[in-house]
Amino acid sequence: MLPETPIRPALARSAAATATTQRPDARERVLPRSWRSPTTERPLVRWLLIAAALAFLGLVLVLPLVLVFVEALKGGIGVYAAAISDPDALAAIRLTLTVSAITVPANLVFGLCAAWAIAKFQFFGKSFLITLIDLPFSVSPVVAGLVFVLLFGSQGFFGPFLSANGIDIVFAVPGIVLATIFVTFPFVARELIPLMQEQGSGDEEAAISLGASGFKTFWLVTLPNVRWALLYGVLLCNARAMGEFGAVSVVSGHIRGFTDTMPLHVEILYNEYSFSAAFAVASILALLALLTLSIKSVLEWRHGESLKTRRGH
Amino acid sequence: MDISVRKLRKEFDRFPALHGVSLDIASGELVALLGPSGSGKTTLLRLIAGLEFPTSGSIFFGTDDASMKSVQERHVGFVFQHYALFRHMSVLDNIAFGLRVRRRQDRPTEAAIRRRAGELLDLVQLPNLGSRFPHQLSGGQRQRVALARALAIEPQVLLLDEPFGALDAKVRKELRRWLRELHERTGHTTVFVTHDQEEAMEMSDRVVVMSQGRIEQVGTPDEIYDQPASPFVHSFIGDSNQISVTIDKGEVFLDKRSLGPLAEGIPDGPAKMYLRPHDLEPTDEPAGAIPGEIAAVRRHAGSRMIEIAVGERRERIEVAIPATKGWIPEGTQTFRPRRWQIFPTG
Repeated sequence: MLPETPIRPALARSAAATATTQRPDARERVLPRSWRSPTTERPLVRWLLIAAALAFLGLVLVLPLVLVFVEALKGGIGVYAAAISDPDALAAIRLTLTVSAITVPANLVFGLCAAWAIAKFQFFGKSFLITLIDLPFSVSPVVAGLVFVLLFGSQGFFGPFLSANGIDIVFAVPGIVLATIFVTFPFVARELIPLMQEQGSGDEEAAISLGASGFKTFWLVTLPNVRWALLYGVLLCNARAMGEFGAVSVVSGHIRGFTDTMPLHVEILYNEYSFSAAFAVASILALLALLTLSIKSVLEWRHGESLKTRRGH
Repeated sequence: MDISVRKLRKEFDRFPALHGVSLDIASGELVALLGPSGSGKTTLLRLIAGLEFPTSGSIFFGTDDASMKSVQERHVGFVFQHYALFRHMSVLDNIAFGLRVRRRQDRPTEAAIRRRAGELLDLVQLPNLGSRFPHQLSGGQRQRVALARALAIEPQVLLLDEPFGALDAKVRKELRRWLRELHERTGHTTVFVTHDQEEAMEMSDRVVVMSQGRIEQVGTPDEIYDQPASPFVHSFIGDSNQISVTIDKGEVFLDKRSLGPLAEGIPDGPAKMYLRPHDLEPTDEPAGAIPGEIAAVRRHAGSRMIEIAVGERRERIEVAIPATKGWIPEGTQTFRPRRWQIFPTG
């Protein structure tokens, strides 16, 4: 009825063709020394680039930092110790630590709330809120400080009400705290939003489908998922809170021993030509910053995986 | 527990994802929700779980109206498409999660929880992996942990969203058989979503075919394959050919040629004849057969697929004949349809 399929000669021919492409010397061939990956530059270019980057870093970052410590210790340990045990310096250190002790937990809570709202819910005005969170990054800190003076100062919007009730905000600790909170608000939120957005709400859905309440879901699933990013954000927030100058300078009023934070105190000492004292206080600030930086590096090294999605600052 | 879905409607921002769907699932049944993406199958599953709330309609678990109950109250086991295992917890802690988050008065002792989690690990055949973390497991192992975690809360209903979607073909096949066996042993009412018809046909007692937010057909795999209720089902399930025909008083005409009185109860006018490739066979008898000009021949697993051009419109259809026939046809050949379906067009 129907004829059998003939074996096609084409098949046999293609098999022979593959065999002839196997040259005997193909395996022994060694790549020439000059061979490099297509995306790698020539050694000279590579070294020039690295050297330029290192020179710039050394000049702009490392040298000033070293100079801070050199200047601070120029007069010897005794002068250094005297400078930082001065009552005004101690007051400044105490105030700076107090301000960050209030600011950082406040921004941790606010940042977590904002990130949670933005990453997990759809609501009207969401993109506006995202823009708003970035506002402190784009507005000059001086402007931020002025806003608080305009709001809470004696000539300000709430001024009459505040003075009638004997509440001091501007030129007092509350004003400094408010200004610092404003300036450092984005750090925690910015750290968490991309991570939480990437993680989505799958894990939370799994938790509630297993019977977990809203709070238990947050405590046992959401928070552990973002813990390293949260800690990272807190560190950055803390570094900035301790170092903030502009906004704080406007609202503080520079009352020595009362409303001077460390950065303000450094400036005052410097303007009074007490260079060693200024550099001594500055060196403590620098030390605190270096400490933060090293904790941050350890975090990145140990938990790089879970911090991966974060956008750099 | 049986599940009953009544006129369920769901809109996302005014966009309807589900148009008044009704479905009854018997206790202990294994049901597949099958459809292309955007057909509303996942939405239906999430509505049953309580992860979404319906715009209108109701869901009953047994005689209990579950429509307004929260996810927690519905007490269903849900397995997520990407497993959603808690990455910071060990496998054992993942499985124990559902028991540990219970209120204190309902919570078993820590020893009992650990024992139960261990039993579940045995059930899913991962007895020694309790201390591993999710990222140390393969895809198939994660899938099984997700299942064990869902089973830990002793749900009466098990819902799975694309359970094998992220696995490679071989693992998928093994897990399919394994899940089927597990279902036979444990007897949970199980609903799973899939876009893979092979998976749906092979695993389930009944298949729900969905398209564009509506149910097209509910039936056993045999019914779905052999008696598709709509053109969509015919072309979505298996290989499908379509030929434009005209119906005149129950008689089917291809152009001017009569294929015989094959279309009882179908209104006169243009229609489409739906045929499976293996429901056509070459014949030398021209009466009632479809003539076609052979355009191409391809080998496909155990069959030879012959592509032919039919009628004046030269519609391309495929015919499957056993490869053992060893026949390479040429020119024009007639084919007799063994089984077909006719749906009026327009």
